[in-house]
Amino acid sequence: MSAESRPELRIIGFLCNWCSYGGADTAGVARLNQPTDLRIVRVPCSGRMDPMFIAKAFYGGADGVLVSGCHPRDCHYSEGNFYARRRLELFLRFLPVLGIDPQRFHYTWVSASEGQRWQQTVTDFVERIHSLGPLPQLCESDPAMKQLAQCLGGGE
Amino acid sequence: MRIGVFICHCGSNIAGTVDCEAVAEAARSMPDVAFATDSMYTCSEPGQEAIIKAVTEHRLDGIVVASCTPRMHERTFRRTVERAGLNPYMFEMANIREHVSWIGRDKKANTTKAVDLTHMAVEKLRHNRPLQSKSFAATRRVLVIGGGVAGIQAALDCADAGLEVVLVERNSTIGGKMAQLDKTFPTVDCSSCVLGPRMVDVAQHPNITLYAYSDIQAVSGFVGNFEATIRKKASYVDWDKCTGCGECMEKCPVKDAPDEFNEHLATTRAINIPFPQAIPKKAVIDASRCKRLITGKCGVCAKICPSDAIDYEQQDTIITEKVGAIIIATGYGLFDHKVYGQYGAGRFPDVITSIQYERMLSASGPTGGHVQRPSDGKEPKNVVFIQCVGSRDKSVGRPYCSGFCCMYTAKQAILTKDHIPDSQSYVFYMDIRSPGKGYDEFIRRAVEEYGVRYVRGRVSRIFPQNGHLVVRGADTLMGAQVQVEADLVVLAVGVESAPGAKELAETLRVSTDTYGFFLEGHPKLKPVETNTAGVYLAGACQGPKDIPASVSQASAAAAKVLGLFAKGELTSDPQVATVDQRRCVGCMKCAKTCPFGAVKEVEDRAGDPKAEVVETVCQGCGICSATCPQGAIQLNHFTDDQILAEVNALCQPNLGLNSE
Ligand code: SF4
Ligand code: SF4
Repeated sequence: MSAESRPELRIIGFLCNWCSYGGADTAGVARLNQPTDLRIVRVPCSGRMDPMFIAKAFYGGADGVLVSGCHPRDCHYSEGNFYARRRLELFLRFLPVLGIDPQRFHYTWVSASEGQRWQQTVTDFVERIHSLGPLPQLCESDPAMKQLAQCLGGGE
Repeated sequence: MRIGVFICHCGSNIAGTVDCEAVAEAARSMPDVAFATDSMYTCSEPGQEAIIKAVTEHRLDGIVVASCTPRMHERTFRRTVERAGLNPYMFEMANIREHVSWIGRDKKANTTKAVDLTHMAVEKLRHNRPLQSKSFAATRRVLVIGGGVAGIQAALDCADAGLEVVLVERNSTIGGKMAQLDKTFPTVDCSSCVLGPRMVDVAQHPNITLYAYSDIQAVSGFVGNFEATIRKKASYVDWDKCTGCGECMEKCPVKDAPDEFNEHLATTRAINIPFPQAIPKKAVIDASRCKRLITGKCGVCAKICPSDAIDYEQQDTIITEKVGAIIIATGYGLFDHKVYGQYGAGRFPDVITSIQYERMLSASGPTGGHVQRPSDGKEPKNVVFIQCVGSRDKSVGRPYCSGFCCMYTAKQAILTKDHIPDSQSYVFYMDIRSPGKGYDEFIRRAVEEYGVRYVRGRVSRIFPQNGHLVVRGADTLMGAQVQVEADLVVLAVGVESAPGAKELAETLRVSTDTYGFFLEGHPKLKPVETNTAGVYLAGACQGPKDIPASVSQASAAAAKVLGLFAKGELTSDPQVATVDQRRCVGCMKCAKTCPFGAVKEVEDRAGDPKAEVVETVCQGCGICSATCPQGAIQLNHFTDDQILAEVNALCQPNLGLNSE
């Protein structure tokens, strides 16, 4: 099954402006073919990632969420990605509580020069989500979601 | 709100695989969109004029452009929007080129995706607020890191233009790799005659403070207001007293200290001045060799020194300097050929590197300019040069071209003939790359006037036989095996990033590429900038570069610094965090996480603690926003509301697109 012939899934990528967004640009400039399912939201730093954004994406109907930032020690803001790693790692463990298969979420590091790595990351992740299929409908009033909001703080 | 949407064809770059008219059509049904159109080149002058015209005609108060990456033209369009009389932050971009048309082949899927991304930008824009920049004063001083030819040029250009310059060099003398060279291509100028006077200029310039034998330990702050911590390494010699007479070197009993400047072709004393023209011309004790420092016995140099400069107790000293801009000019390293087993992997003394050969050719080098075989000191007759040693070879992680080895090999082959008229040089090469001014002519001269024999092909093996080295390889033009008996083999070792570049990049918060070279802001539009405002690049720290290219880039970097300071006051980026004091509970978690220390504690009228952001210090990362349990500290232009608006847009069923 080629990426073109099957129905698209809803996959959202949060990319830091300095490394991964640049890496996705590099992949584009090099015309590295990628599945069209992924849509990218630009954030200044992976450290800006409030896990609530990801939860909201899933509750809004996203079938997969990808976060990508600068490689550890390469962060434009020195340590944003360390904060991101800590939070996202925690969030990953919380996903089952929300009734979401943790496989649907992935975070990684791609630098501005790594166009090919980005292509690979997108392709693999989109494949993975396709093998999992669409996410069953979640309900935002779910008590687990409320609990998450309390645990993580912020968000809205 | 009245939003105008412009879908760019980018010639056929986007329109080739995206139906731009359909995207514009879909945009018309998006909330608050009052006007939508598609245009050929939105970034061109007519394209930008069309935006300005539409703003007045349709009374627009926000603009979305769906085109290339915002990393390319966000600033261009912000200026356009400003010219149209709107706040520059009432603008959003959708990246439908790099992230859509160039990576997907299916026009229908691409078009849907372009609609989604445009929708996302519209939704974000609906939550945008006008933002104002603030001005702040800059420290009109520049830090130049690295005292090679690029650093020297950058420092002199800045200093001549009236800026105060702090030049930090980690070796005990400036001059870098160029100081080690004998001659330079394609003019065969003597290297030290070109560089020497420039080095003296640095030493004598009233605007330049030189810290040699020093490292950058930390850099804090931001464009206009950096603070650099410099560690001046202990040299065990009081440089204020040392006159560089060199008497200590004569008498030091340790004669086997490694001579870095001469690439280990010779040895030197434990106390040493690298070369006679060194700037500053000061002695340094090699702590790992000095008898006195290791065992406490000796102390000869202290007795000998006529100016009483020796100080065995000296410690590293820490200096801080405030600067407004930084130029990185840390140069390059050379590939270690020992990974190539087939070239002897450092086992054969008569297989040397190009830079060692350079020292051997130099009249001030260890052999006084006599070309000799390291094994027996005899003059070689057959000299074989092998190019691309650690260049254009994926198997050793160096797939890139080192750029100038073709040229220096030709130079060295020419000089060989000058030194030993009855010698014969052979050059094994892959391609000849000689694109500079006068370069191709130079290669021709090597062949035609100096009889250098060029063999196109890779060397498969070097092995000793009857006091010679046999170089065996393929001549791919002849389609035959060739074998040359060599007296001396010179490996044209390739360029790699300088040792310590990675650590420096971390300290300065700039990026490096896959190979450890510093990454420029944009390969074409920002070749001397980094992605960190106020930090610039000069020379081979950014990638392989020869002397003319290094010097040009150094002057370009100096021009950038001058341009930066010419504004008088700098304006801060208003994409910073702000605190909603009503929501803030004063926990100060944001202050703890902020990597720049931009959040300070203040008291409100009731005397309760509240967070406040120092706008000129905040770099706009948003780490604080994600930390605050109250959602009280929000990053302007990337607020929770804005990001969630984008997420929501993407989560909705596709808008508009006349479903077939
Ligand atoms: S983290 Fe939030 S609540 Fe705590 S001090 Fe900072 S802005 Fe105020
Ligand atoms: S956005 Fe927040 S964490 Fe980042 S620099 Fe500004 S105040 Fe500090």
